[in-house]
Amino acid sequence: MLTVEGLSKRFGGFLAVNQVSFDVRAGEILGLIGPNGSGKSTTFNLIAGNLRPSSGSIRLDGREIAGESAHVVCHQGVGRTFQIPRPFRKLSLLENVTLAAFYGEAGRISRLDAERRAVEALGMVGLPSDAAASTAGLGAAALKKLELARALATKPKLLLADESLGGLDRAEMERAADMLLDIRNRLGITIIWVEHIMGVLMRVVDRVIVLDHGEKIFEGKPGAAAADPRVTEVYLGKAQA
Amino acid sequence: MNLNHVLWAVGLAILIALPFLAPPYFLHLVIQILIWAFIYTAWSLMGRFGFVSFGHGAFLGVGAYVPALLWNYYGLTPWLGIPLGVAGAVLLAIVVGYPCFRRRVVGHYFALVTLALSQVVLLSLVAARDITGGSLGFTQKAVGHSWYALQFPEKGYFYVIAVLLWLAGLAAWRSIDRGIGREALEAISEDEDAAAAVGIDVMRQKMRVTIVSAALTAVGGAIYGQYVMYLNPETVSGIAVSLQIVFAAIAGGVYSLLGPSVGSLLTLSLTEGLRVWFGTDYIGAANTIYGILLVLCIIFMPQGIVGSLQGMRRRGAIAKPLVTLDRQSATRRPSSAAQ
Repeated sequence: MLTVEGLSKRFGGFLAVNQVSFDVRAGEILGLIGPNGSGKSTTFNLIAGNLRPSSGSIRLDGREIAGESAHVVCHQGVGRTFQIPRPFRKLSLLENVTLAAFYGEAGRISRLDAERRAVEALGMVGLPSDAAASTAGLGAAALKKLELARALATKPKLLLADESLGGLDRAEMERAADMLLDIRNRLGITIIWVEHIMGVLMRVVDRVIVLDHGEKIFEGKPGAAAADPRVTEVYLGKAQA
Repeated sequence: MNLNHVLWAVGLAILIALPFLAPPYFLHLVIQILIWAFIYTAWSLMGRFGFVSFGHGAFLGVGAYVPALLWNYYGLTPWLGIPLGVAGAVLLAIVVGYPCFRRRVVGHYFALVTLALSQVVLLSLVAARDITGGSLGFTQKAVGHSWYALQFPEKGYFYVIAVLLWLAGLAAWRSIDRGIGREALEAISEDEDAAAAVGIDVMRQKMRVTIVSAALTAVGGAIYGQYVMYLNPETVSGIAVSLQIVFAAIAGGVYSLLGPSVGSLLTLSLTEGLRVWFGTDYIGAANTIYGILLVLCIIFMPQGIVGSLQGMRRRGAIAKPLVTLDRQSATRRPSSAAQ
């Protein structure tokens, strides 16, 4: 459903993403991994429209979305979460998600429908949906859930989950992984999952792409990635050191 | 029927009774307070979302001068001149706002760019002295009582116009406050990327509120000009006026419907009061006291006077559940608790 071809992003003299190409198939969970600074988040930001690519093409169901604004990409059916949660702190939880439901549909639904959808999304991730619940005092795991609820409320067909699960303990990571699996299975949403720790991700994803220094060095089954010498060298090798 | 309704009813009754009871000088003050209250309310449409514009003096100046110039030179009725002035202010808002929003000029940088804008308009008005009269000011050709020229020597007419204008400003404030657009703008003011990621067209939302705010400010400038029948670049444009707008609105409270109006009431009565009190005895003393009070207000009541009072009342209301909170303040509670 998503075709990325020859995608590059240059920041001054630094090539953050270099000629990356890959396909995402409808209904799969694709893992996008790599060490810090390998270009994962930049790739995400390019797809989501937060950054303009220097060159290359991104097609969603055959329609070119490279260089479109973030809100247009969202209306095309791409939802995203941020690596560091970015809640709207002046708004309640429900307002946060209602806003996403309303504007995710470009304001074509009524406020009441948006609120109903927000309650659904909050329920799905397990957050309270009463009007008074605020973002104050939410922990890292709950803020991640809010990110997810907000993305889901925009009714995406493709979810970009920037889930660098730092700040979560082992059990919370497992729960987060199960939630993504649940979202795919129950809602049929295709997912690209960005992560820099391999462990939890490998259990859930169908395929994995490994980036290093902005280049794709591996694409295939998770099992094969662990056995690939280049991946072990640049990725796991570093992680062990 | 709650306390709010009672207060509104009492307030409106006073406004209706005022022209029959008040001496002309007092009525003159009230008209000015209402017109400026409208302008401060227009500013706070943007200001409450952290888009702090120091450029509203520019919109005010364009709104005031365009119809006055067109009237004097071409005899064009203000009924057409005012819309043209408003269109000019909107154009200015677009020309400055669009690149600012595109290039993500926010916060202090936005304040600086808009500050420059208000000074550009002031300097242009002064420089075009052959047409505008420069710093000596500009007087509209008076024709006596005339609807065509929108000139009324009797204060009663402008009093009614000022009241209607002020109420229209409050209605605009409320319609933005009640809609989901308010939440979108709050989201944008916190995090533009996150707002765009949930499908909010950041550019469009910001442009819209800027255009509404600039247009209303220009209307305020035009009515002010028609009322006082004398324009001076220093009093309707430039940094000084922009600062006056920002300070009065913030001191009154930009997060409450009546905040900017209270700001107008207090600053104008304070200026007048101090002026009358000190007379010509200690020149500068009035301005100094005015400045000090304003600074104290802003430091100790960051929510503004009205915001602080509402905060106190709300805390009281929780203790006494007999007072029903309206929906608006009930939904506000979590956000004010988070601050």
